[in-house]
Amino acid sequence: MLEIKDLHVSVAGGTEIIKGLNLSIPSGEVHAIMGPNGSGKSTLSYVLAGRDGYEVTQGSITYKGQDLLSMDASERAQSGVFLAFQYPVEIPGVQNGYFLRSVVNAQRVSRGESELNPVEFMKKVREVLKLVKLEPNMLKRSVNEGFSGGEKKRNEVLQMALLEPKFCVLDETDSGLDIDALRIVGHGVDALKNPERSFLVITHYQRLLDHVVPDRVHVLQGGRIIHSGDKTLALELEERGYAWLIEGQS
Amino acid sequence: MSQAPLSKAEQNPEVSSLMAQKYQHGFVTDIESEVAAKGLSEETVRYISAKKNEPEWLLEWRLKSLEIFLGMETPDWAQLNIPEIDYQDIHYFAAPKDRPKSLDEVDPELLKTYEKLGIPLHERAALAGVAVDAVFDSVSVVTTFREELAKHGVIFCSFSEAVHDHPELVKKYLGTIVPRADNYFTALNSAVFSDGSFVYIPKGVRCPMELSTYFRINEANTGQFERTLIIADEGSYVSYLEGCTAPQRDENQLHAAVVELVTHDDAEIKYSTVQNWYPGDEEGKGGIYNFVTKRGKCQGKRSKISWTQVETGSAITWKYPSCVLLGDDSVGEFYSIALTNHYQQADTGTKMIHIGKNTKSHIISKGVSAGKSQSTYRGLVNVGKKAMGARNFSQCDSLLIGDLCGAHTFPYIEVARQDAQVEHEATTSKVSEDQMFYCQQRGLSAEEAVALIVTGFCREVLNELPMEFAVEANKLLSVSLEGTVG
Repeated sequence: MLEIKDLHVSVAGGTEIIKGLNLSIPSGEVHAIMGPNGSGKSTLSYVLAGRDGYEVTQGSITYKGQDLLSMDASERAQSGVFLAFQYPVEIPGVQNGYFLRSVVNAQRVSRGESELNPVEFMKKVREVLKLVKLEPNMLKRSVNEGFSGGEKKRNEVLQMALLEPKFCVLDETDSGLDIDALRIVGHGVDALKNPERSFLVITHYQRLLDHVVPDRVHVLQGGRIIHSGDKTLALELEERGYAWLIEGQS
Repeated sequence: MSQAPLSKAEQNPEVSSLMAQKYQHGFVTDIESEVAAKGLSEETVRYISAKKNEPEWLLEWRLKSLEIFLGMETPDWAQLNIPEIDYQDIHYFAAPKDRPKSLDEVDPELLKTYEKLGIPLHERAALAGVAVDAVFDSVSVVTTFREELAKHGVIFCSFSEAVHDHPELVKKYLGTIVPRADNYFTALNSAVFSDGSFVYIPKGVRCPMELSTYFRINEANTGQFERTLIIADEGSYVSYLEGCTAPQRDENQLHAAVVELVTHDDAEIKYSTVQNWYPGDEEGKGGIYNFVTKRGKCQGKRSKISWTQVETGSAITWKYPSCVLLGDDSVGEFYSIALTNHYQQADTGTKMIHIGKNTKSHIISKGVSAGKSQSTYRGLVNVGKKAMGARNFSQCDSLLIGDLCGAHTFPYIEVARQDAQVEHEATTSKVSEDQMFYCQQRGLSAEEAVALIVTGFCREVLNELPMEFAVEANKLLSVSLEGTVG
């Protein structure tokens, strides 16, 4: 599904954040990336999604056999790359329902499919609302405006479910959630797992991984993956922190 | 590693490659016209008046206006860079040669023109529930649904016809809301005005359909000087909409209109504008100079005048639709979207003059600037000595797209009473990178993303438009934003 080779990334202006990262995620697998603050986790998610302001100085990212770096952000989205934002963005005056239908239809059109009319769309959206336990009235509110932290994150999972992406990056989707909201979000993501869909879950904590069980766990430090393991690694990190791994590096 | 990959920045250079804006109404209709010789003089005024076979009193009124105009100077207080206009280099009258007497006699070329503009004039093909007055250069070519409206006592015709058919009404109101000496452009208009619409809604009648005038400039080097008068008698209601387009030309063209509205007791006029005059090209060449004076007088008690405007066209817009709140408990509203792109300039806003008791006004202005354009909100709220309990709320929001454009807000507040409540809120924001990236990450193109964000920003005003035109206005915003992102 995704193959990252010797990736080097600098922020526009100079500082190198990612320094030779290698990662391979097969179809249907869930990979978790953990790591201390400033290790390059969010930069990685933005580079995967194609945000401006980052410069890839070396290396490659291959997604389903295509050169991901040659595509712009919307092309990546249309080909199935989805980023669940750490801080979902507010768009005042744009009804959430209208926004969701616009993006679903933009992706359908890019695949040569017909647009969903409002009735067809509502049918689809109703099922998905249940998955993340959101009320239909959230479709009438402006995109993310006045949403609680939990509602924003559930709205991200809602979009993921509607857009049916192939490769999902979850950037600290668990941050700022209480236990109930975490359970809803975790359950929602877990329900979207399938053999044709891969996940990259970026998190600080083990707790989300209780719901979305990873196949592999990677530790990101100083812009490189310094250690990988199975799901038990997350538990070990929770207990021991990162210091023992970082010291082993130097 | 097989090859050094290009950076994201290199693959998609952030050049704001301003693509040619696709102005969709830029065509010229090939039709034989009768055009006045260039230049402004007593002779020109007499020519226009004679062409329209006007009564003596109106000719006198025009000539006096010309005298006033010649004694005035171009106003320069607006935040606009206005190139000098040579008033002797303009045709003040142009009309299709064959004047139709009925719809069946209208030149097919003209019908085709309006069809292309999305305004079918044949009543059976017409927009459901909308009567249209089609003004082509200096004359009204046809007004639809007149008989249907006449059944309700509603008069909807061209201004020229009203002069002949309803002289008592024209005489009673002409120039009483916007005096000819009000400003430079009203004096000019009063001297050489050509055509526009006339509406009278009788007592207690709720006009059964939307009334609409579609203004089209076609001839080159011709100015359009429309004159519109709408009278809403006691307890009546009318919703009126005007649309405007012009061919794409390298030379600038002048449009100086005067619109007068008056409401009697308990009457209401809802006046909406979708202004899409040719804005000039991406280098700032060509485009319409739009100098317009629009004013409504809430003469009666509990009457209401509501202005809604979507201004996306014109190279220069100078326009302040205003309300004089004379009647007690009368209400004035102003909802505005002004979108400028490339080298367009807009200085627009409103005046709310509170004179009667318990008068209320509400102002919502949304300015969107892109490219190298400049957009200014200029508004006056005036509360007079006798306006006990007057209230105003104003909200002026500006949205910037890119780093080369400008937005300015000049609110003027003059209050002569302690008990007046006047509130003013203003914000300026940019289309943020976060918003753009969020939309693009969901699969929208950059242009779709900007259009979505701008539409959201303008929501409160778009909601005020009649349903039939809200969709059109939405599309117009998207088209006008083309080329704003690289």
